[in-house]
Amino acid sequence: MAQHRIDLSSRVSDEVKTTTCYMCACRCGIKVHLRDGALRYIEGNPDHPVNRGVICGKGASGLMKQFSPAKLRKPLLRVGERGESRFREIEWDEALGIAAEWLGRIRASDPKRLAFFTGRDQSQALTGWWAQMFGTPNYAAHGGFCSVNMAAAGLYSIGGSFWEFGEPDFEHTRYFMMFGVAEDHASNPIKIGIGKLKGRGARFVSVNPVRTGYSAVADEWVGIRPGTDGLFVLSLIRELLLADQVDFAYLARYTNAPWLVIQDEGAAGHGLFARDEAGRPLLWDAALGELADAMRPETKPALVGHYRLADGRRAVPVFQLLAERYLSPDYAPEKVAPIIGIPAETVRRIAGELAEAAFRGEIRIEQPWTDWAGRRHDHMIGRPVSFHAMRGISAHSNGFHTCRAIHLLQMLLGSVDVPGGFRFRPPFPRPIPPAIKPAGPVAPGQSLKGPPLGFVQAPADLLVDEAGEALRIDKAYSWEAPLAAHGLMHMVIANAHAGDPYPIDTLMMFMANMSWNSSMNVPGTIEMLTAKDPASGEYRIPRIIYSDAFFSEMVAYADLVLPDTTYLERHDCISLLDRPISDADGPADAIRQPIVRPDRDVRPFQDVLLDLGARLGLPGMVDGEGRSKYPGGLADYMVNHERKPGLGMLAGFRGAGGQAKGLGAPNPHQIEAYVANGCFWHDELPHEARYYKHANRRYLDYAVAMGFIDRAEPVVLQLYSEPLQTFRLAAEGHGERQPPARHRARIRTFFDPLPIWYPPFEEQDSNAGEFPLHAITQRPMIMYHSWDSQNAWQRQIISSNRIYLARTLGERLGIADDDWIRITSRQGSVRAQAKLMEGVNPDTIWTWNAIGKRAGAWNLAADAPEATKGFLLNHLIPEFQSGDGAAAPLSNSDPVTGQAAWYDLKVRIEKCLPEEAGTTDPLFAPLAPPPGLPERAGRIDFGRRFRPGSK
Amino acid sequence: MHPAYSVIYFTVASGAGYGLLFLLGLQAAFDLLPAHPWSAPASGLFALALVTTGLLSSTLHLGHKLRAWRAVTQWRSSWLSREGVLALIGLPVAVAFLYGMAFQNDAGWWRALGLAVAMLSALTVHATAMIYASLKPIRHWNNPLTVPVYLLLALASGGVADLAIDAAFGDVTLASGLLGLALLAAGIAVKRGYWRSVDAGEAPSSPESATGLGAIGRVRLLERPHTEENYLLKEMGYQVARRHARRLRLVAQVLGFLVPALALAAALMLSGGVLAALALFLALAAMLAGLLVERWLFFAEAKHTVTLYYGAGRV
Amino acid sequence: MTSLPDQPAQRRLGLVIDLDTCVGCHACATSCKEWNMGGVAAPLTDLDPYGAKPDGVWFNRVHGFEAGEGGAGRTVHFPRSCLHCENAACVTVCPTGASYKRAEDGIVLVNEDLCIGCKLCSWACPYGAREFDEAEGVMKKCTLCVDRIYNETLAEADRKPACVMACPTGARHFGDLADEGSDVSRLVAARGGFDLMPELDYRPTNKYLPPRMNASPAAVAPTASGEAIRPESKFLQWVDRLFSR
Ligand SMILES: Nc1nc2c(c(=O)[nH]1)N[C@H]1C(S)=C(S)[C@@H](COP(=O)(O)OP(=O)(O)OC[C@H]3O[C@@H](n4cnc5c(=O)[nH]c(N)nc54)[C@H](O)[C@@H]3O)O[C@H]1N2
Ligand SMILES: Nc1nc2c(c(=O)[nH]1)N[C@H]1C(S)=C(S)[C@@H](COP(=O)(O)OP(=O)(O)OC[C@H]3O[C@@H](n4cnc5c(=O)[nH]c(N)nc54)[C@H](O)[C@@H]3O)O[C@H]1N2
Ligand code: SF4
Ligand code: SF4
Ligand code: SF4
Ligand code: SF4
Ligand code: SF4
Ligand SMILES: [Mo]
Repeated sequence: MAQHRIDLSSRVSDEVKTTTCYMCACRCGIKVHLRDGALRYIEGNPDHPVNRGVICGKGASGLMKQFSPAKLRKPLLRVGERGESRFREIEWDEALGIAAEWLGRIRASDPKRLAFFTGRDQSQALTGWWAQMFGTPNYAAHGGFCSVNMAAAGLYSIGGSFWEFGEPDFEHTRYFMMFGVAEDHASNPIKIGIGKLKGRGARFVSVNPVRTGYSAVADEWVGIRPGTDGLFVLSLIRELLLADQVDFAYLARYTNAPWLVIQDEGAAGHGLFARDEAGRPLLWDAALGELADAMRPETKPALVGHYRLADGRRAVPVFQLLAERYLSPDYAPEKVAPIIGIPAETVRRIAGELAEAAFRGEIRIEQPWTDWAGRRHDHMIGRPVSFHAMRGISAHSNGFHTCRAIHLLQMLLGSVDVPGGFRFRPPFPRPIPPAIKPAGPVAPGQSLKGPPLGFVQAPADLLVDEAGEALRIDKAYSWEAPLAAHGLMHMVIANAHAGDPYPIDTLMMFMANMSWNSSMNVPGTIEMLTAKDPASGEYRIPRIIYSDAFFSEMVAYADLVLPDTTYLERHDCISLLDRPISDADGPADAIRQPIVRPDRDVRPFQDVLLDLGARLGLPGMVDGEGRSKYPGGLADYMVNHERKPGLGMLAGFRGAGGQAKGLGAPNPHQIEAYVANGCFWHDELPHEARYYKHANRRYLDYAVAMGFIDRAEPVVLQLYSEPLQTFRLAAEGHGERQPPARHRARIRTFFDPLPIWYPPFEEQDSNAGEFPLHAITQRPMIMYHSWDSQNAWQRQIISSNRIYLARTLGERLGIADDDWIRITSRQGSVRAQAKLMEGVNPDTIWTWNAIGKRAGAWNLAADAPEATKGFLLNHLIPEFQSGDGAAAPLSNSDPVTGQAAWYDLKVRIEKCLPEEAGTTDPLFAPLAPPPGLPERAGRIDFGRRFRPGSK
Repeated sequence: MHPAYSVIYFTVASGAGYGLLFLLGLQAAFDLLPAHPWSAPASGLFALALVTTGLLSSTLHLGHKLRAWRAVTQWRSSWLSREGVLALIGLPVAVAFLYGMAFQNDAGWWRALGLAVAMLSALTVHATAMIYASLKPIRHWNNPLTVPVYLLLALASGGVADLAIDAAFGDVTLASGLLGLALLAAGIAVKRGYWRSVDAGEAPSSPESATGLGAIGRVRLLERPHTEENYLLKEMGYQVARRHARRLRLVAQVLGFLVPALALAAALMLSGGVLAALALFLALAAMLAGLLVERWLFFAEAKHTVTLYYGAGRV
Repeated sequence: MTSLPDQPAQRRLGLVIDLDTCVGCHACATSCKEWNMGGVAAPLTDLDPYGAKPDGVWFNRVHGFEAGEGGAGRTVHFPRSCLHCENAACVTVCPTGASYKRAEDGIVLVNEDLCIGCKLCSWACPYGAREFDEAEGVMKKCTLCVDRIYNETLAEADRKPACVMACPTGARHFGDLADEGSDVSRLVAARGGFDLMPELDYRPTNKYLPPRMNASPAAVAPTASGEAIRPESKFLQWVDRLFSR
């Protein structure tokens, strides 16, 4: 018989469209192949700066998202009690009418009674602006429960941050240290980078209590005890200082190391920078023996010593303070080893390796450049040591300082934005901190004076009333969370329920599964969402409007559901005003374009928001006649809206002819231009502008021209943070605005201008002894939060989660693989099936995040493994600190930024009784699907239609 | 390995059928057929019934039953194909042989065919056994005793069937009875030898060789590629508890060998008559039941190397 | 054809998978699923996709293992797919000729029109590389993306297996392992690429590269003299240094 004949050259598709993936927030470029109008294949776009052609496990499952039976189909109005998931389908006109009526009343009476929170970070540039126009300060997106520690620590220290605002120089680095990262937002860039790094044989050290994912391919895994990285890093700093292995030249030139700090204990100026009359910081010129303007080039600054200011006060350089603090024996490796769970020799060796790589491994790139002062340098010096950190650091109540400590280490090694080090992604670096301040509540019918989110520089910028109490529902920018750059999304429901600091009227949420995997204390949250005021019989949170694309757990708790499109059905704008997708070689932004038409009566939420804005007559959304300014929805807005003249949502192809970038008049053909370019725009920085961006004239000029910064002034990296000191001074009784008595000691302790380490609050709790183990979660690479349980492919890979523990721990407690165990915290308990492993810190247990699902949600069968075996640690995470009996409980957050302390969780475990084995517990009542949801397919074989030779 | 009932029935039934045909063929060739004219044809018919229902049953688990005929094309390399070819050749030969035996008693040709029937029957069982014995990923099958076990158990069960049918016609001789006992003894001996061998044996493969990570140390599964069962696990990840398996081995031995042997001995002592025949039918029923258990275990206890990727410490 | 090609193939196309860089992201698994659900082996049926026991056909599955004890060990992500063996018993056991190994490049394929779904080939494969499509009643397996790598409707650069194109860390390599000069052969030689279960003598074409057990770089511990340095003395040392703003 002849060999089997197959068609090797069958046509893949009849049409290929580009767009931007949104199976996660990494936002890669994709090419979508269509055949006969049906989705055939999604692959990475090789031209795209984010993913360079590759795709991840989620992205390649996009077809099944479109195929999901959990897609909402029509607007829904609640008919039963909240949480019963009983709805009536309504028309869009009715839905928008209801929403406009509710919101209109609020705006006319007290705009702050609308709390508008968006979970994912999609389109904050629009949603934040909408909130501002509406006039509510009660707006935030996912950053607060995500990684605001990371963002704030970076933006208050180096003018950029890890997260996705910078990246390791994967091309040149020789020593890469990663702290607490399982996946991160830059999903594909990190993977591409690690591939490159390993290919070059560079050394990769991962600091993480768990050895999976990236840690698995690291050359060295440092299985640290959770919450102790700060101490580890400060110990590294001590070792480097002792050995003189710091980059003094870099410190003198690019950081505030030489700036003089006033030493006037007890006085209002203590700890602030010594400044001249013009307010410019001073340093001591050691060559001339006199005070000098710290912003003047060519001085010879002293880094240590004690000096006198003109007014007689004493002052010392920042570096002196820093060295005094960290040379202390408190940070000796031997001292910290038992706390961090890493042997002293290892700490010492790693310090040695860092120094070795940074200094003996110094690299030079023969690329001339000009610094901010106009000095020409004929090459770029590289310190090929780079760091990256994410939620393992930030999701702790000491995360802000830990993250600052890592930035301190970077600065001391001279590895910020140098070849081989950490590199900023434009539009970063920004002034430290960025100049936008949060805007507070306003009178009825008014818009906010500025954006609701921003960066406070001193107590005067806080959003508090006369008594020092919070003005925002989440208490962001109050004495509880002064540097809350992203708001405290995790506290909205609890505070609104308690009416603390005030009751609200409507909670509007977008893309946030807040009755489930993004809340702490889930059982309590569910109660709060359904709780009624016994007096009035009204819900404590009177109205909830929610936009989701799928039947998530949160849908059941909404009164009005506005069904969204999927990412393949709509326009989206990935703007530089938002969370950009730039890389270190240049800024980038992108759009999504509709690839397929929705087969349901759904609308893009962003279009809906603009429509609502027009119905409400919000400024910026209506013209003089009160007609909608953007009748074309988001596509219209992203082309025509200007924040200030010339500055719009998209930076590419601006100006009438589409030739301008950054700033330029709106271009009516901008979307076509993006589509023609693969739906993205990327500008390549000139080579001389690619490093030292904080002090590189060519870059700074470029940034001004692009509208990233206002003035081409160098960004001086801040080892010592003066804004923090202003809070400390307030706590010590200085200044106009001082914290209420109950906050004084906290502010005094936690607003240390130099990084400190303290045990996470849960460990300081008086009952800590009862809960000896740390419990943390990790992102599974194949799942994006709760999004993918409806995805037929991804859920086959993981549809239930185990609790992982060290084999030694399991053996000690008589727990074997597959045993069911009970995990108990001071908040509650949950049942899960155990899996023993080697690569985990012995005091730590962990699981995959957001795998557990509420029965019935996502249009899964009620007995789906996600519901019967999958579980959330969230059930156990308290949303308040225990406070050891204090009257007003504080949120379970970082005291500086309000970052949710997910990973502070402490637990104990025990084996279940045999009769308890088999399912997780608590098991919540199954959710009924809303009307209109389709029958679940019992089989998927729709690929048959594409089989070559079949038609 | 997942014990598929259709395949278990097939190997037991066709084994007994071929065993019986083998014995009839030889008896015919050497003119040793029982005296009663219907005894041998009845045995032959019974054998054919066992073989054909077995073969039919074996197609039940196929994904495409109607294409089963294609299975005879690859006799050059595939034992399954060879089994099919042999079965297809064997069937008409056996039918002709039986026809001759029943209706052409005087003619000599069918006696000569007896040799062919015996040979084809033995070869078919051998081919069946080789399907399993040739599979390197399954240590419990890729064993030198697999083929002898199949052959001997086919012969022994065929022998007991022969005796039972002969007894129904009152034709059991001491010699044939003793031969039956000898076959049972040999059968259990090699099956026990087989069990000893697989219990003591070590697979050449391990999680370390399956992953190639042995140089680092002991290899353990951390994360399965999918949380629920898939084809591989359903088909090849079947596990039977060791205690359960031990108990079933005992059942197989008692039903498959001890009871038949006792019944046979009793029948011999009764030397004919209805009771003897009943005892021999009891022996046959017990034996077939025992062999079903034995065959179930042959699958259930067999471990496939793919399980090394799913957490098995050894196969 | 069930019998293996008489001559060893001129070309032996296959994959080289680097266990030192695979981070276990499953991109190769889902891209494979996505490509092949509409390719020559389409569909790759999924059963009970939203129910209690979701189960579908996949040609590539990513396992996670731990090797070695305690901190000295390693976690290794381990993608598993057909190895396109030289000595492919999955082919020789096939009674129908449905399974065959291509003479020209060594790719092992199933002709679904001939397959009777007897499953014997899956028993014969030590590596679990064959997957039965329950709904279709036939055996399926990794095609090495034969409908991509020779596909003239695709750009040259795209004529690679879907899993290789997708892999974000670049842990997967595709090429001709019969050609000693090919990139993949050189990689295998340089990195000590190995066969899975060599003891069974299936002689896989695909090779795996071992995790590198990197010893620490020889570093000068900055505090070799450790506590001998008195912190206070550091300031005296630093005070005389001059740097430029
Ligand atoms: N695939 C996938 N990608 C995602 C997401 C997703 O859900 N799935 N979510 C996106 C979102 S919103 C976010 S915020 C990012 C988050 O991305 P990551 O920052 O990678 O988030 P986590 O998975 O929370 O990982 C935290 C890591 O820190 C470790 N860890 C916990 N405590 C400590 C500690 O005290 N010290 C150290 N050193 N490590 C610790 C954990 O073991 C874990 O490996 O990922 C984004 N990308
Ligand atoms: N225990 C524990 N809990 C955590 C974390 C942790 O590490 N551990 N991480 C926290 C962090 S960092 C984050 S960011 C949060 C994430 O928590 P959330 O922001 O709540 O994220 P998701 O679970 O992804 O829920 C988002 C919702 O968006 C919906 N959605 C998806 N696509 C679309 C769309 O196109 N349009 C609309 N309108 N909706 C859509 C989904 O259906 C889902 O209901 O979880 C937090 N919770
Ligand atoms: S990393 Fe995120 S955006 Fe990129 S391909 Fe994967 S899912 Fe899509
Ligand atoms: S891996 Fe398995 S299916 Fe692939 S050729 Fe080898 S034996 Fe056959
Ligand atoms: S299942 Fe199909 S391919 Fe496999 S051996 Fe049987 S006939 Fe051949
Ligand atoms: S080569 Fe193609 S068929 Fe094989 S595993 Fe890779 S993607 Fe799947
Ligand atoms: S795509 Fe690459 S990194 Fe991801 S699991 Fe597959 S081989 Fe590993
Ligand atoms: Mo997040």
